[in-house]
Amino acid sequence: MDDKKRNETYNKYVMSKIPKTKPWPSLFNSFWVGGLICVLGQGINDIYMLVFPSLSEQTAWALTLITLIFIASFLTGIGVYDQIGKFAGGGSIVPITGFSNSIASPSIEFKSEGIIYGICVKMFTIAGPVIVFGVVSSIVVGLIYWIISLF
Amino acid sequence: MDIFLTYLIVFLVGGVICMLGEVLIITTNITSARILVTFVLIGVFLEAVGVFDYISDFAKAGINVPIIGFGASLAKGAIGAVKTHGFLGIFTGGLTATAGGIAAAIGFAFLFALIFKSHTKK
Repeated sequence: MDDKKRNETYNKYVMSKIPKTKPWPSLFNSFWVGGLICVLGQGINDIYMLVFPSLSEQTAWALTLITLIFIASFLTGIGVYDQIGKFAGGGSIVPITGFSNSIASPSIEFKSEGIIYGICVKMFTIAGPVIVFGVVSSIVVGLIYWIISLF
Repeated sequence: MDIFLTYLIVFLVGGVICMLGEVLIITTNITSARILVTFVLIGVFLEAVGVFDYISDFAKAGINVPIIGFGASLAKGAIGAVKTHGFLGIFTGGLTATAGGIAAAIGFAFLFALIFKSHTKK
């Protein structure tokens, strides 16, 4: 059998095995779960501003995001967040809680391989590229603004 | 009534952004790492061209809670640090602005990885 034909049948086989998500229910679920997580963030932020009126807006936001990250890591730890992820797809990945889950989930899963090679290495399998692209693009933006500020 | 409208906008904007992520998943079978990277880059771009603050005033948590907000604070940190520290700011700005989130995510993940066992193998 020639290579091309073999690759074609293999690709067909792979496509038939990829789990199919039904478009409409999953779009709806990702919409309301994602919206709800954002509302939760707004609620936490408003409570912080109410309880500590002296906080600046920026500090309150930082505390809000840290709170959301804490909640998401905890829910990942007890195994709930991955269930939400199966149900909501993009709704659980795109918010900052998904970033937190992407760090916590592999570190818990690979705990059995030890603290250094399990938890610490696997922690960055998804978050690594995010941080690298984020930092590199922020350097590019900073560089552009620095060059503009010279003139 | 005013607060109800704010929360409705937060819900709608946040929901639509997350739905865009889901649209990417359905149409391209993209992995979650690529989705996160894509949205971070969108945030960096929106902040760099100066649009993000207007959206943020309007949508509040609806745009700040999605990872777009993370990208925007990276860019905002870099721009702000260049203004105050000059050349050094190019390198210090981005991570300084997002240090809280990254440290929290790493710290809590490490803590809970020590406490909890894996659930996925059941």
